[in-house]
Amino acid sequence: MKSKSKSVLLFTSILVVAALLAACGGTNTPGAPVSDPSADSSTVSVSGSTTVQPLAEKLAEAFMTEYSGVRIDVQGGGSSVGVKAAGEGTSDIGMASREIKESELAEFPNLNIIVIARDGIAIVAHPDVNVSDLTVEQVRNIFSGKTTNWKDLGGEDQNIFVVSREEGSGTRGAFEEMVMGEDALIAATAILQPSNGSIRTTVSTTPYSIGYLSFGYLDDTVKSISIDGVAPTEPNAADGSYPIVRPLNMLTNGEPAGVVKAFLDFILSDAGQKLVVEDGYIPVQ
Amino acid sequence: MSARMIADKTVKYILFASAIISIIIVLAIGFFIFRESIEAWSNIGVSEILMKTVWRPGQDQYGILAMIVGSVSVTFGAILLGVPLALGCAIFLAEIAPAGVQAVVRPAVQLLAGIPSVVYGLFGMVILVPLVRKLGVPGNSGYGLMAASIVLAVMILPTIASVAEDAIRAVPENYRHGSLALGATKWQTITKVVLPAGKSGILAGVILGVGRALGETMAMIMVIGNSVIMPQPLSGNPLSFFLSQARTLTGNIAVEINYATGVHESALFATGVVLFGLIMIVNASARWMIRGQKFVEKAN
Repeated sequence: MKSKSKSVLLFTSILVVAALLAACGGTNTPGAPVSDPSADSSTVSVSGSTTVQPLAEKLAEAFMTEYSGVRIDVQGGGSSVGVKAAGEGTSDIGMASREIKESELAEFPNLNIIVIARDGIAIVAHPDVNVSDLTVEQVRNIFSGKTTNWKDLGGEDQNIFVVSREEGSGTRGAFEEMVMGEDALIAATAILQPSNGSIRTTVSTTPYSIGYLSFGYLDDTVKSISIDGVAPTEPNAADGSYPIVRPLNMLTNGEPAGVVKAFLDFILSDAGQKLVVEDGYIPVQ
Repeated sequence: MSARMIADKTVKYILFASAIISIIIVLAIGFFIFRESIEAWSNIGVSEILMKTVWRPGQDQYGILAMIVGSVSVTFGAILLGVPLALGCAIFLAEIAPAGVQAVVRPAVQLLAGIPSVVYGLFGMVILVPLVRKLGVPGNSGYGLMAASIVLAVMILPTIASVAEDAIRAVPENYRHGSLALGATKWQTITKVVLPAGKSGILAGVILGVGRALGETMAMIMVIGNSVIMPQPLSGNPLSFFLSQARTLTGNIAVEINYATGVHESALFATGVVLFGLIMIVNASARWMIRGQKFVEKAN
């Protein structure tokens, strides 16, 4: 497997070099922010968060149509893998859908963090739940198992069913960081589902349940809960009034250069940020 | 040596090689899983993993006892529901049904084996979970051991039914004739003569079903709730044990492997080793039972 993928890599780099040599003779892409990316660095590897992955793939595709000599490989693995890959240099760019931890910064002090978009996490409940506004503290108490009945929150006398993502998920990591804080842990009795989609299905079909979702997955099958009176909408997240918003990060080891810099500049350009909006995320520019 | 002889020898070696390759694959998988799990066993400790019930990789707690109990409980529930059904099917097919009915029922039962696991899971999630939720016990979310046991009972039905049917058919015809000649009714013959004679084969079928149940993953993830808790009764009624959420060993691996790194990943491989061990024990006892069956036949 390994040696095969290596030979594929070799083959593609030969192709890329050949393409670049051909390109040198004639057409140069107009308006390129960086002059002629050098041949040895024109394959960019990106890995990490599976939340950022689909967006990164779209951005890479758009970038590659504009700069035909460049090849960008995007892989998943999760936010922790993204941080490690960037820090250790196994990937040119790492992706993380949460803040970078202190411990990670201590391990990789040269880590350069570029926020490419923001994503809100919405608290959602079954449509029949008649509570529509909670404070962050109330949400924390629900998910830690301190509050177990809707009547304590002004609702019906019914048990609350907590639905959460599994350990290691970036969405759960961001939720824990922004809502649960240092000490509170998500209750062990929570129903766990392994994706945003299955969280939505579970919450929409389980009466009196509550869960959390990336904004991109919100729809009519679940009821979104306002936090301190602020509804989970993109404008509210963009102007900072909605509190549960996480950054989608791209990471490099030290200052980016060459094609890597060109790609990151493209993501932050109008064209790149347009794709960010198309995917339901909040632009940073 | 003639060309025929050479061809004959070659085929023999090819077949031998196929057999060896499957052994190598099993050994390689076992070795690989074990090697990947060594980090967990040595860093966390064998008793810490096997005897602790708290699984919080974020807090470096890696106890899988709750999941062992989860896997065993759901398998027990599936056996409780599935075995009578499968046995009924097998007896009906082997002893009672006329050929025409058999031709319809047998393929229908076998068709159950061909339905993909994820489809069972979807059915469980959309139909069974809401039904189970109707049981008015506080804290009953519908997700849990009961929904999982029902789904699993249907999934192991074809395995048990077909092995049990073969075992019943293997009981010599003389036994039935003897019993009927002594004035026993058909039902008496089945319960007093045929089933005891085919007992070890039927047990082997049940144990194969247990193995299948322990290994089932996708359908379980979708209906069992995946909470890492020791299952316990939700109310005073001990049967409400089955309304408790749980997580299976297989589910633990499948749910978390995408994001796991380092010790966490290794602990998931350790979960795999435990599962591998459980299934090896189960399969070995099935083989032992089947050998018992042959012995009975020879003795007669």
